[in-house]
Amino acid sequence: MTTTLDSKIPSGPLEKKWEKHRHESRLVSPNNKRRFDLIVVGSGLAGGSAAATLAELGYNVKCFCFQDSPRRAHSIAAQGGINAAKNYQNDGDSVFRLFYDTIKGGDFRSREANVYRLAEVSNLIIDQCVAQGVPFAREYGGLLANRSFGGTQVSRTFYARGQTGQQLLLGAYQALAHQVALGGVKMFPRTEMLDLVLVDGHAKGIVVRDLVTGQIASHAGDTVILATGGYGNAFYLSTNARGCNVSASYRAYKRGALFANPCYTQIHPTCIPVAGSYQSKLTLMSESLRNDGRVWVPKKKGDTRPPQQIPEEERDYYLERKYPSFGNLAPRDIASRSAKEACDEGRGVGPGGLGVYLDFTHAIKRLGEQTIRERYGNLFDMYHNITAEDAYKGPMRIYPAVHYTMGGLWVDYNLMSTIPGLHVLGEANFSDHGANRLGASALMQGLADGYFVIPYTIGNYLATQMGKKTSPDRPEFKAVEQEVRDRIAKLLSIKGKKTVTTFHRELGLLLWNKCGMARSASGLKEALQQVPEIREEFWQNVNVLGDSQDFCQSLEHAGRVADFLEFAELMCLDAYERNESCGGHFRVEYQTPDGEALRNDDEFCHVAAWQFNGMDQRPTRNVEPLVFENVKLAQRSYK
Amino acid sequence: MNFALKVWRQKNAKTTGSFVDYKADDIPEEASFLEMLDIVNEGLIARNEEPIAFDSDCREGICGMCSLVINGIPHGPGKARTTCQLYMRQFKGGGTIWIEPFRARAFPVIKDLAVDRSALDHVIEAGGYVTARAGSAPEANSLPVPKTEADLSMEAAACIGCGACVAACPNSSAMLFVGAKISHLGLLPQGQAERNKRVIAMVRKMDELGFGNCRNHYECEAVCPAEINAMFISRLNRDYTVALTREALAV
Repeated sequence: MTTTLDSKIPSGPLEKKWEKHRHESRLVSPNNKRRFDLIVVGSGLAGGSAAATLAELGYNVKCFCFQDSPRRAHSIAAQGGINAAKNYQNDGDSVFRLFYDTIKGGDFRSREANVYRLAEVSNLIIDQCVAQGVPFAREYGGLLANRSFGGTQVSRTFYARGQTGQQLLLGAYQALAHQVALGGVKMFPRTEMLDLVLVDGHAKGIVVRDLVTGQIASHAGDTVILATGGYGNAFYLSTNARGCNVSASYRAYKRGALFANPCYTQIHPTCIPVAGSYQSKLTLMSESLRNDGRVWVPKKKGDTRPPQQIPEEERDYYLERKYPSFGNLAPRDIASRSAKEACDEGRGVGPGGLGVYLDFTHAIKRLGEQTIRERYGNLFDMYHNITAEDAYKGPMRIYPAVHYTMGGLWVDYNLMSTIPGLHVLGEANFSDHGANRLGASALMQGLADGYFVIPYTIGNYLATQMGKKTSPDRPEFKAVEQEVRDRIAKLLSIKGKKTVTTFHRELGLLLWNKCGMARSASGLKEALQQVPEIREEFWQNVNVLGDSQDFCQSLEHAGRVADFLEFAELMCLDAYERNESCGGHFRVEYQTPDGEALRNDDEFCHVAAWQFNGMDQRPTRNVEPLVFENVKLAQRSYK
Repeated sequence: MNFALKVWRQKNAKTTGSFVDYKADDIPEEASFLEMLDIVNEGLIARNEEPIAFDSDCREGICGMCSLVINGIPHGPGKARTTCQLYMRQFKGGGTIWIEPFRARAFPVIKDLAVDRSALDHVIEAGGYVTARAGSAPEANSLPVPKTEADLSMEAAACIGCGACVAACPNSSAMLFVGAKISHLGLLPQGQAERNKRVIAMVRKMDELGFGNCRNHYECEAVCPAEINAMFISRLNRDYTVALTREALAV
């Protein structure tokens, strides 16, 4: 069974598509808006901004998050900044250039129309955030400051120290809090969505668990909006928060939503290396550090001298050598892979040889320690706190880590999935970053979706749903509630010998080795065999302690890991079937003579959207061809 | 490294809790404090004992989800860091570590070390925002903000909303939290229109929810992981006085 994917991209010239679509989109009158109940799952940049904005428009919104407050969503941890095509620096930026950089950075695997819209609304986001009181960095004259980021040659990144995600999220959170006070949004913190409910084929509600009381409840609405983030924690170790999970998206997939490009994962080049097996997460050091830090390894294999004792001529500043025009600002996928190559050659530094140096000595000489302290002080402190090393005196050690997932639920131009009524925003959808996301673009996309896209496109669905209210008392809800209860009961009844974390670690290590920075058909084949084995053992031998009618963190984790154990197979399958290298998906069989990713545009210039056919059936790989009318497909070159 | 732990265990808000002794053995000094608790919990599960409940999420010091009072200090020893940013090398091997939840009337215990801090959300709901509907914003550079004021505003805005200030204060006052938000928005031109209304509403909500008042102990500033300066409490008091006066005079 295959599905025809209608992306609903408007006709006409690229720069007129969004305007035309807004004009042609259906409107819901103010009187009718208050008759619609909207369910928003997730309260990060995408979910928080959508919930607040939809309530401002007059809809009734219910917003759910598993954290104890909507302000804690993982968007808060984004450090570096947010891109916009303001061209305040007079350095040649434009909407088209931001569009082009994003398409190229994504290795020509994203939709032109979506990306152009993103670049178009980027400027509105900055205006909106400033109006909310986001304290962006400013010049002495009081105007906004910018910095540069990887994968671009203009300075278009707006930032608030190293805490841009935090400040943008607080802006959205405060707008959300305002709407909570006005009664437009009802907030459900510490509440986790455990399944999606379909009525007559439309997404009409969710089943949730109150994480404090353990109570299972149904919520019905006219549409469901998922803004539940990415699936990087499938790898166990990642820069994601501990709670980040794939469950909401994966449950939607099992209910019929297509999952697009699950193999597109982003490995961030600048993270603090792994220190031990007990480790619970990896810490990112903002990519902005690459503006002034120089990445190097010793030229000689197995050189164990302290970095200060290695003379200049015996150092290999490999990014500057291989990519002279972008140097240390090469895009993330390229910088990560180069670090892996250096370490694979035996030139890695630090314990286990899994690290490279990020050196500020030259920058400190050029600009003075004070300037470096002003720019990156908090990051240097963080590094010191974790490693007990002083990066003002010697280089940092960094290594790539899983950071972001470009894949996600397939959506059309209206951000609606293949299930009518199910909308997907932010990192949870697949649409804008192709096979690799550029730095400072995640915040842009989350807020674009929530503030400026979904408020316009949701009318196209809602206008068809007048008078079609459903109730959580319907049998469809009761049936899903029962499935959820049975699954929880099953998890608690196994009482095996291994902890949930043990299984999660095992899965993560397997994915990192076989479906990480470099993938091969043979490795993926092994993974496709091993993932089901781990899953089978999990359901026979996991030990989940606690009471389902109580605050029970092991149970929360168990449910999420159970979904990762299914989802991981889909990731590997997608990676196995995509016989090319592109962006973050690097298949060792497909590379240029000098080791760069080699795309296969003839056969793979498309989105792969997977359709669930039952647990014992292979999912169907549907294809949405990518048509490029405004850019020429080229091999990415950052040399 | 080996440690003796005294951990507060409490089934829920309705029951009373008590300290329970645990051993944390063979802990690597590179492990974080929460990773030490993870290791202890893995051991508990292996012995079929229910693991210790505690909150954490980002584990990089920014989300504000982790809490814990460690050896009597919210977020434990060391300056300007959250519990998740504590590393075991900062503790003396062989010692005893006392671990309790944040304690305040406004933060009821959910279970063991996890508490309910939604009161802080309700204080923000009362007025901690600038009304700016999406779509109505003027061009971002149309209103310059002097760098010094923008920087000071950012210092206040850095608050992570963890509630350690409340847990550290003998009066369980949330005035550092409220002062930070009042200052963040009050220092910017965008925050002026609602400045008086905001401060009155937030202070009243804070009182209503059972937070106490500031009596200049400065414990809040000492434990704040985001280094929010107590001077922001002075700004809060000043803004509150001005707003009350204007309210009384109806100007």
